[in-house]
Amino acid sequence: MLNVADIRKDFPIMGQKVHGHPLVYLDNAATTQKPRQVIDAIVRYYETSNANVHRGVHTLAERATEQYEEAREKVTRFINAPSRRNVIFTRNSSESLNVVAYSWARKFLKPGDEIVVTPMEHHSNLVPWQQVALHTGAKLRFIEMLPNGLLRTDNLGEIITEKTRLVAVTQASNVLGTINPVTGIVRLAHQVGAKVVVDGAQSVPHIPVDVQALDLDWLAFSGHKMLGPTGIGVLYGREDLLDSMDPFLFGGEMISRVYLECAEWSELPHKFEAGTPNIAGAIGLGAAIDYLNQLGMKNVSDHEQRLVRYAIERLEAIDGFRLYGPKEPRGGLVAFNLGDVHPHDVATVLDTYGVAIRAGHHCAQPLANWLDVTATNRASFYIYNDEADVDTLASALVKTKEFFSHVA
Amino acid sequence: MSLEDIYKDAIMDHYARPRGRGKLEHPVIVYHAHNPTCGDEIEVQANVEDGRIQDVRFSGHGCSISQASASMMTVAMKGKTLPEAKATLAKFLGMMRGEPGSYKELGEVQALQGVSRLPVRLKCATLAWHALEVGLSQHESGQSPRGPVHVLESKDL
Repeated sequence: MLNVADIRKDFPIMGQKVHGHPLVYLDNAATTQKPRQVIDAIVRYYETSNANVHRGVHTLAERATEQYEEAREKVTRFINAPSRRNVIFTRNSSESLNVVAYSWARKFLKPGDEIVVTPMEHHSNLVPWQQVALHTGAKLRFIEMLPNGLLRTDNLGEIITEKTRLVAVTQASNVLGTINPVTGIVRLAHQVGAKVVVDGAQSVPHIPVDVQALDLDWLAFSGHKMLGPTGIGVLYGREDLLDSMDPFLFGGEMISRVYLECAEWSELPHKFEAGTPNIAGAIGLGAAIDYLNQLGMKNVSDHEQRLVRYAIERLEAIDGFRLYGPKEPRGGLVAFNLGDVHPHDVATVLDTYGVAIRAGHHCAQPLANWLDVTATNRASFYIYNDEADVDTLASALVKTKEFFSHVA
Repeated sequence: MSLEDIYKDAIMDHYARPRGRGKLEHPVIVYHAHNPTCGDEIEVQANVEDGRIQDVRFSGHGCSISQASASMMTVAMKGKTLPEAKATLAKFLGMMRGEPGSYKELGEVQALQGVSRLPVRLKCATLAWHALEVGLSQHESGQSPRGPVHVLESKDL
């Protein structure tokens, strides 16, 4: 069990009032708040160790390099990667997925090959594959969705076939909350010789993820959705695949030898980290991982499961509340509509009560089309949220309903 | 900021009972605007006779602010000469940008002023007005009224 009251004390942003009400932050699928420990780690780095990494011989440069690589080590253990060679620092999940698209897919895919995607992907795990298809002549195919928002699995064998070279799937939907059966998809894909890239932006922050147990080829995730700062993300890749890929960005840091006419690449993982990296960001992410480890990812996951079950029960009692996505298995978020009240109106009214939620298509327009809505509301939970936050959300939604009752 | 500062009575009234909703039979001005952040779409149509906006309508879907604002726009624009319409548009956009000055001449449209303090909702309030603005300038340069769907970005403000 998480001690939410204690956890909240670690988050300086939580104490404030918004429009005269205590802040209730329920937009964690967009980005999470940062604990004092993460903020301090970044400040401490700049105050005591700031230098460029992997080149200087002076004390600060050694210290900065050590801390940057220590952060990589923390990420490696957090997702149980075989080695730090498998862990590449990027800016975010989008960049991680683009590395796979540019450095692997564009290099190896040919006309007639197929890329399998799902209709519930965030744009960041769809648009890169549309571009790969455009440039290589490969074809996109889509796993079907059941009306309840789960992926249809009984005909997966007809979609993932000998023609499939790559399956790109999110482990957890940022709208429906669906947790996808990644293990089964990976097994099927590997049987036909296809590779699997998993978007972990909404799973790595919330559930234990073990890249070796899941047998993933690539995993992408962002630091800022798991208590870390913005501008730091991770691409995990299997070593043989990373070796077969060309660098995505060229320049300093990623080379071993440079001649006037040509160059040789650094060892993994530096081959994919051209230019001075986000050193402070990586260190901040390392501190975020320490924080999550201290809580225990199983506890984080259990906490969110309990909270989302409570939220569904509480919110479904509101007249006109419509939930999207499956009830089980479900991540810690709820996408919904409230009668005919437009989500932007709902979010604006909720904000006047200090409740922060997201309204819109959540960067998944094809999914919104599938749901036949232009927009939905989304409340997403994390370690510092509790039942009282859900109660505040529920009563603010009732007031929203009342306010719009004579018009919508 | 309270709810009543944003959702003024005039806004709620236009949202509940929209004026000028629908389409014209032979419009000379048609402009379809789309707000990519929320998926809202509004089509504005107008007819011009003897240099005057003889009729103006809107259709589409969106939040209370965008629908009420479109409705108010049709009331404000109907019967105006083209120079008058452009002056009103400029006045409205100035108000929404938060420029100081008197906006009394805008009448009930002033109810939208509170929205100018909500940057994210600003686009909702200006969508229909921008659509008319572009439609008018297309009309004046002799362009065909039925163009593709145009996306208005925040830089359009």
